[in-house]
Amino acid sequence: MITETSETILSVKDLTANVDNTPILKGMNLEIKAGEIHAIMGPNGSGKSTFSKVLAGHPDYEVTGGEVTYLGQNLLELDPEERARSGVFLAFQYPLEIPGVSNLDFLRVAYNSKRKHAGLEELDAFDFDDLVEQKLEIVKMDASFLNRSVNEGFSGGEKKRNEILQMAVLEPKLAILDETDSGLDIDALRIVANGVNQLSTPDNAMLIITHYQRLLEYIVPDYVHVMANGRIIRTGGKELALELEERGYDWVLEAEAVAS
Amino acid sequence: MSIQVSPANLEFSKPVSSAAQARAAYLTKLLHLAQSTVAETSELQALRDHAALRVQEQTFPSTRDEEWRFTDLSDLLAVELAAAERSAVTPDAIARFVLPDTARLVFVNGFYAPELSDLGTFPARLTVGNLSSASDQQLQTYLGQQSGAEEVFTALNTAGLSDAGFVFAAKNLVVDRPIHLLFVSTASQPVLIQPRCLVVAEPNSSLTVIEDHISLGESVYFTNSVAEIWLADNAQITHTRIQRDSQSAFHIGKTAVSQARSSRYTCTAVSFGARLSRHNLNIYQTGEQTETALNGLTVLKGEQVGDTHSSIALSKPYGTSRQVHKCIIDDRAHGIFNGKVFVPKAAQLTDAGQLNRTLLLSPKARVDTKPQLEIVADNVKCTHGATVGQLETDELFYLQSRGIDASSARKLLVYAFAYEILSQIPLESLRQSLTSQL
Ligand SMILES: Nc1ncnc2c1ncn2[C@@H]1O[C@H](COP(=O)(O)OP(=O)(O)OP(=O)(O)O)[C@@H](O)[C@H]1O
Ligand SMILES: [Mg+2]
Repeated sequence: MITETSETILSVKDLTANVDNTPILKGMNLEIKAGEIHAIMGPNGSGKSTFSKVLAGHPDYEVTGGEVTYLGQNLLELDPEERARSGVFLAFQYPLEIPGVSNLDFLRVAYNSKRKHAGLEELDAFDFDDLVEQKLEIVKMDASFLNRSVNEGFSGGEKKRNEILQMAVLEPKLAILDETDSGLDIDALRIVANGVNQLSTPDNAMLIITHYQRLLEYIVPDYVHVMANGRIIRTGGKELALELEERGYDWVLEAEAVAS
Repeated sequence: MSIQVSPANLEFSKPVSSAAQARAAYLTKLLHLAQSTVAETSELQALRDHAALRVQEQTFPSTRDEEWRFTDLSDLLAVELAAAERSAVTPDAIARFVLPDTARLVFVNGFYAPELSDLGTFPARLTVGNLSSASDQQLQTYLGQQSGAEEVFTALNTAGLSDAGFVFAAKNLVVDRPIHLLFVSTASQPVLIQPRCLVVAEPNSSLTVIEDHISLGESVYFTNSVAEIWLADNAQITHTRIQRDSQSAFHIGKTAVSQARSSRYTCTAVSFGARLSRHNLNIYQTGEQTETALNGLTVLKGEQVGDTHSSIALSKPYGTSRQVHKCIIDDRAHGIFNGKVFVPKAAQLTDAGQLNRTLLLSPKARVDTKPQLEIVADNVKCTHGATVGQLETDELFYLQSRGIDASSARKLLVYAFAYEILSQIPLESLRQSLTSQL
């Protein structure tokens, strides 16, 4: 349930950012409240991943203007790890491999760093095993993945599923999923979408970047934004995704050109 | 000895530089030190005398020698060395280096320490001990007989040879229990320490050997070690070599391996210690269808210099070699890797692969790497590659985005880089203790 009084989780105002001195984000505006699911669609190269990385604090992206407020605090002044510990989670478009570090150890270190931040006691290996077991169920992942090195030798789809497992363990307040659906087969898509829906609560929010309306049949967004050339140029409800699927982006881009 | 110089050459000859004189004097001093620790009479005297002559014929290397171009020994020349002495070491002092479920052979400053060794019970046809447990025939066949014995530091070791670790597996004997050769250095003043071991695997036998150079303090000393390893037909040796000498020490180590037909040799060499270290790893494949696997990891920080010079001589058909050497270099440290592979005409249908990967952790860290493939045979597969990189921002960011702080993320990624090599170490406890040193 979204109500007028729902807490604002993320507020982005006139955000601009550069990569290698090239402006990529050119005035992003977005407001996300607790319980909401937002989708961002848009042509390749429009800046969707850039936006997600700026929110998560990637050091290569230089914020040149604007504000990002997360739960009332200035998100931009936090280190990436502080953002993560306070509940920002980015599921990567291209998850990285970490040979030699078991998936289970990695999850535990990440989970405990968040608990420590919250002033809670770290969970020992046994209690953590129990917790992970439940989370595996959410993404229907086999326990054998826990003993393998993080993402090493995982198929594209397995890596994406592993991202959602991390999300399930970390229980973020704001989850940003960057093309988590690409590379998933039809069954995996359903499982992952189902997992994401289970993780969606009235207290948290999701920002879902995707090229395909298909995902949005499973994870129904409250808002669909179209991003082009570093800005959001149109916002609509879930029916906008359908329209984009049918008509492509040209008509939105043209309408935007006429308007400005 | 007088040197005759013909008048024609005279105008080109320069006076011997004072630096060269200092090197010559130092080598003479080293030879005297080596010889001074030798027991009075011994059946090894002829071997030692021969080696002493080899030393005298040579010069102490300088950076003008191609093989020592990047590894400058002049800091060693400034160290006034004394002869190594026996030293009483308590079991407590070495307790943290003791590996469970192994047979242990301990040498302190190059001298056998039976009171610290623990050989356990072994099959009768396995010999583990010092040279007194070797037969005359075994000594004559194997000791000091490897190719490259005339190389200056190897000859220096032999010139002072009076004892060594000795492991001998008789025909068809498969030994599961690893044998830990623990070479302990403890010196109150700078000394020359010359550890040595001889490992022989007869036909169809199999051994796991851990050669471990450790230090009980941070003192200055010079370790000049030699390991001679022999694999007969179809024998197998898994060799782990750990160099964790004092950060003030100098370490020059030779591993010479002779591999007969269908034998399989694996070396995992991990080097953390010494202000200056050099590992000369020489493989001689002498029979058909031999397999060699070399894994190397050198971890350097501060002002350390760490050099690995390997050579693999494939000489018969169907030989294979796989080499992965990794360097992790921080601060102002300097890594050197030189990997030679020889494939002569007779070595047809061989397959040699070499990969050198370096991770530079600071802008002042440096590596010099050189693959040197000399391939004459035409029907062979040889590959080599070298990469030099830094920790990727994207990788660090991935970990940080999961709440892991920057410094832990760095450590985790360094560990991930080293893992490919460390995971080859056959003993869990050793793997863990080395990992914690990263
Ligand atoms: N590190 C970088 N260096 C240079 N240019 C970059 C860098 N990262 C992103 N860009 C550029 O920024 C623009 C936006 O890239 P971004 O990855 O954000 O697009 P996207 O909307 O996520 O595209 P896609 O749908 O293909 O994933 C692109 O033109 C890209 O080439
Ligand atoms: Mg993208």
